[in-house]
Amino acid sequence: MASTPPAVVVDGLRKSYGDVTAVEELSFEIHPGETFALLGPNGAGKSTTIEILEGYRRRTGGTVSVLGTDPGTGGLDWRARLGIVLQDLPEGGVFTVREQLTHTARYYPRPRSVDEVIAAVGLESKADTRIGRLSGGQRRRVDVALGVIGRPELLFLDEPTTGFDPQARREFWDLIRSLAGEGTTILLTTHYLDEAEQLADRVGVIIGGRLADIGGVEEIGGVTSRVPVVRWREDDGELRTRRTPTPAALVAELSTRLGGEPQELAVTRPTLEDVYLDLVAAATTEVVR
Amino acid sequence: MSALSHAPARIAYEVRGYVRQGDTMLFTFLFPVIFLVLFSSIFAGEADAGGTSIPMATYFLPGLVAAGVLLSGVQNLAIEIAMEKGDGRLKRLGGTPMSPVTYFLGKFGQVLVTAVAQVTLLLLVATLVFGVELPTDPARWLTFAWVFLLGLAACSLVGIALSAVPRSGRSASAVVIPVVTVLQFISGVYVADFQLPDGVRTVGALFPLAWMARGMRSVFLPDSFHVLERGGTWGLGQVALALVVWLVVGAVLSRLTFRWIRRDA
Repeated sequence: MASTPPAVVVDGLRKSYGDVTAVEELSFEIHPGETFALLGPNGAGKSTTIEILEGYRRRTGGTVSVLGTDPGTGGLDWRARLGIVLQDLPEGGVFTVREQLTHTARYYPRPRSVDEVIAAVGLESKADTRIGRLSGGQRRRVDVALGVIGRPELLFLDEPTTGFDPQARREFWDLIRSLAGEGTTILLTTHYLDEAEQLADRVGVIIGGRLADIGGVEEIGGVTSRVPVVRWREDDGELRTRRTPTPAALVAELSTRLGGEPQELAVTRPTLEDVYLDLVAAATTEVVR
Repeated sequence: MSALSHAPARIAYEVRGYVRQGDTMLFTFLFPVIFLVLFSSIFAGEADAGGTSIPMATYFLPGLVAAGVLLSGVQNLAIEIAMEKGDGRLKRLGGTPMSPVTYFLGKFGQVLVTAVAQVTLLLLVATLVFGVELPTDPARWLTFAWVFLLGLAACSLVGIALSAVPRSGRSASAVVIPVVTVLQFISGVYVADFQLPDGVRTVGALFPLAWMARGMRSVFLPDSFHVLERGGTWGLGQVALALVVWLVVGAVLSRLTFRWIRRDA
């Protein structure tokens, strides 16, 4: 991995709108073939960052390289190597799924097969339906299909599953995993921490326009934030929780002390969501202080 | 080079999109035909000038040909592009390797194809239904060709510039249609030019529609009708000049207002 240059390099990125600073001193890299999730509360600067990388917004400061090119000056050949799925969903239009994909594919040098892409997003039965007549979830899949039709080296997904039902979300995850399996580098922003946990190799957390943490899905937040939590109900009826690196010992002790099976016993490891919420809470407290 | 090679497919795509828009077909494509049928049915009788009299359908035809050019260029492009901006389609195109040159060739090609189909239909209805006699002099058809093409080019560019005005795709029709409709009233399309008060005629002459209508009158009306024009002549030199000026104005305004990718400051 050391020999191949990163797919994305962000170094000291800054973006301000008038007096308001949206992104400040942001630095991270995305390796080729990696799925990287950018997390953060609303207004943290996720979309601003991704739109700068896509070449839709100018940056105020810092350097950015996407597939070796500055997005501020990238031409059509550079765009042909990207796939972009924007956050807002278009209304649809008068073309069928197949027509729109076939037309869009012609602008790319090595497009995927239209039928394969339609199958991959699960729209075989809607292939000849006008996009304007599809449901919101189906239109989002069309958007994803349009994002991958050009066989992109780097795929941007900005909150792609907002509004999906659980079933559709799981199918979408399978699609993204198969794209990642083919070597596509993916930058994902999402509000769903389980989604990031399922898909991402590494995550970066942006809070208030700054990078609060970055690392592997299993590492982020540090070792202490991953300490398991044991929950049980005491004899006096009180629900207790305790964090301990040795949960088995604690459960054994409880079992002895309470005699048999402790009521409502559960041993959980903090999810990415728990870790993330701790990070956000910590950052908010700092701001208040 | 590839921007040009994609143009035919893009034009076909744009024309298909145009035909599938029900309201575009009604308010842009069929509008002149509908008004020809209405006017020729309501205003019976004949118009005459210099001893020659013609059916009312013949009298209204040139104005409606010009109106079709205005609708196909200005109204069609201003509304369509404003809607493309409003609903994110333009932003999505900006994220693909499609060249903006291809995009504009697609738009101009669509305007040309649909405007030619529109004027063909209009002339067919005029001759077959209302017995309008079309000119046979090749010189008149040459005039028709340059007024039509020059007017269409100017109107397309003005349409692209006007697409910057609506604040959202939803408001595009509400902004564009009144402008275009008022223009038709003051440019001698609905109300015969010589019946308009002088002040209105002067205001109308500031815009391209009045000049296209004048050029088309020189094509479709008997030569004796030139006495009804301002100055008593067809004044084709002025027509050409006015349309070239609007072509330049449209090009400059489009260049200043249109952004392929709307990068913020």
